[in-house]
Amino acid sequence: MTALKLTVVSAGLSVPSSTRLLADRLAEAVRRQPADDDRQVEVQVVELRDLAADIAHNTVTGFPSAALAEAIDAVTGADGLIAVTPVFSGSYSGLFKSFFDVIGAADDGALTGKPVLVAATGGTARHSLVLEHAMRPLFAYLRSVVVPTAVYAAADDWGGSGDPLTDTLPTRIARAAGELAELMHGRQSRPPASGPEQVVPFEQQLAALRPESRKE
Amino acid sequence: MQFGIFSVGDVTQDPTTGRVPSEHERIKAMTAVALKAEEVGLDVFATGEHHNPPFVPSSPTTMLGWIAARTERLILSTSTTLITTNDPVKIAEDFAMLQHLADGRVDVMMGRGNTGPVYPWFGQDIRQGIPLAVENYALLYRLWREDVVDWEGRFRTPLQGFTSTPRPLDGVPPFVWHGSIRSPEIAEQAAYYGDGFFANNIFWPKEHFQRLIELYRARYAHYGHGTPEQAIVGLGGQVFMRKNSQEAVREFRPYFDNAPVYGHGPSLEDFTEQTPLTVGSPQEVIDKTLTFRESFGDYQRQLFLVDHAGLPLKTVLEQLDLLGEEVVPVLREEFAKNRPADVPEAPTHAARVAAAAAGQAGKDSEKEEVAK
Repeated sequence: MTALKLTVVSAGLSVPSSTRLLADRLAEAVRRQPADDDRQVEVQVVELRDLAADIAHNTVTGFPSAALAEAIDAVTGADGLIAVTPVFSGSYSGLFKSFFDVIGAADDGALTGKPVLVAATGGTARHSLVLEHAMRPLFAYLRSVVVPTAVYAAADDWGGSGDPLTDTLPTRIARAAGELAELMHGRQSRPPASGPEQVVPFEQQLAALRPESRKE
Repeated sequence: MQFGIFSVGDVTQDPTTGRVPSEHERIKAMTAVALKAEEVGLDVFATGEHHNPPFVPSSPTTMLGWIAARTERLILSTSTTLITTNDPVKIAEDFAMLQHLADGRVDVMMGRGNTGPVYPWFGQDIRQGIPLAVENYALLYRLWREDVVDWEGRFRTPLQGFTSTPRPLDGVPPFVWHGSIRSPEIAEQAAYYGDGFFANNIFWPKEHFQRLIELYRARYAHYGHGTPEQAIVGLGGQVFMRKNSQEAVREFRPYFDNAPVYGHGPSLEDFTEQTPLTVGSPQEVIDKTLTFRESFGDYQRQLFLVDHAGLPLKTVLEQLDLLGEEVVPVLREEFAKNRPADVPEAPTHAARVAAAAAGQAGKDSEKEEVAK
C-alpha cells in the first residue's frame, strides 16, 4: 500500500510561529487517524516564508524557481492539503494568497477536487470568521473540497481551557482532522501538475468545431 | 540545422542613456538587423507581430517583402503570425505573395498571441483562443493545397468556390511552424499536420519545454509522419556577448535590470541559470546552446533574440558579428557531429519542392502499376 500524501502549507512569518504550531498539530492529528485501508499518511510541510522571494519572482516572470516548483508539486500532487495562514488586515496574508495565485495562474484546475482543511491564527478570536469569509471562498474558487470544520487558533487557545460553551482547540483539531482523513482515504490519487502532458486528440478538437456538431 | 534571429520589435528605452528610439528608427533598425543577419551568414530572420504599443511590427509581410528584395539567401519568417485574430484567407494570400517575391525563402510560425485586448479589437474572444487556432489553421491549410475551396466554420464567414491567389510557389506552400509557450493542444496540432513545432523557451525553465517537445515528438510519430526523432523542432534563446564574460555581464546588467520583460524580478544570475538567456563570451553561448540538444534531442532550427532590452542598434550589430563569426560556425560543426543520418535537415523551399516531386513520381508509378 503506498502512503497517502498530506501536504501542509504554513504561511507563518516568525520562527517559531504559532501558525506552524497549529499546522503541525493538525498534520499530526490527521496522521494518527485510524483508517480501514491501512494506508499510512506521509506529511510534507511547505513553509512559505522560505519561498517568499521565489513567489514574488514567479508573479513577474511567469515561471517558478526549482524550489517553488517542488513546493507546487507537493501541493498539487497531494491527497490532502492543510492550509494555514496568519490573519493580516482581516484576511489571509498576502504571501499566502500569492502562493495560491501562482498555482492558479499556471493551471486553474490544479486543486480541483482536492480535500482541504483550512486554518488560521490570530491574536484574538475576533477574526475567526476569516476562515468562512476569506479562506473558504478562495478554495471554493479553486474548486477544492473544503472540510466542514475550519480551525482558528487565537492566542488564548494555546493556554487555559477555553470558555465552557465552545469546543476547545484540541477538540476542533480532532474533528477537522477526522473530516480530512475520511476524504483522503476515500480518494483516488492524481498525478502532480508537472507530470507528462495530457492532450485531447486533434480529430476531437477539429470535430468539436464542425458546423453540424454545433448545438447552440 | 538552421541558425537565425528573431525580433519582438519592441520600442524600449535604452536605460543607460534614457533615450527612446522613434518607431521609424526601430523599424529601420529591425531591417538593418535582418540585412546584417544575411551578411554574417545566418539562415533565418523572423519578426513578431503585434498590434499595440510599444511594438512596431504590425504588418510582417510588408517588412519581410522589403527585406526579401535586399537579400539573396536569408529565409524570412515570423515569430509569430497571429492565427487567432488574422483572417486565415489574408494569411494565405499575404504569405503566398511573399513566397513568390522571395523566390521561396519564406516560412511562417503560427501563434495565438497573449495580449487580451487584441482579440476584441479584431472581433474575436480570447477564451476561444485554441478553437480559433485550430479552425483558422484548418482553413489556411486547405487554401494553400486546394485550388477551389468551399468552407464553413464557426468563426469566419463561409466560402463558396474561393481560390486563394497567388497559388503557392511551385505548388508547395510555405513550411509552417507552430509556436507555443505552454499549450499541449498546439504541440498536438503541429504533430497532426506533420508541421514544425517551435518551443519559444526564452522565459521558462527547460523542464516545461522538455515535456511539450516530448509530447510533440510522440504525437508526430503517432500520426505517421516519421519517428519521434524525425519531428521538426525549433528553439529560441536570448544572448548578449562580449569577448569576455565579465565585460558582457557588466555591460548588459543595466539593460537586464530595467527591461520590461526581464527586470525587477530574479537577478541576472538566477535568470541565466533558469532560462536560455546567456550573458557572456561567445564560448559560453556555444556551450549553453549545445546543451539544448541534450535536453530536447537533435533539432532543426535555432533562433536567437539579440535586439532586446533596449540595446542600441550598433551594439546589436556587434552581437550579430560575434554570432556569425565565432558562434554559429562552431555550432554548425558541433551539431553535425553524431547527428543520426535519418534526422531531417531543416525545411527549405527547394527541399520541399523536391520532396513533392518525388512524392508525385511515386504516385504516378503506382498508377501505372495499377493500369498494367
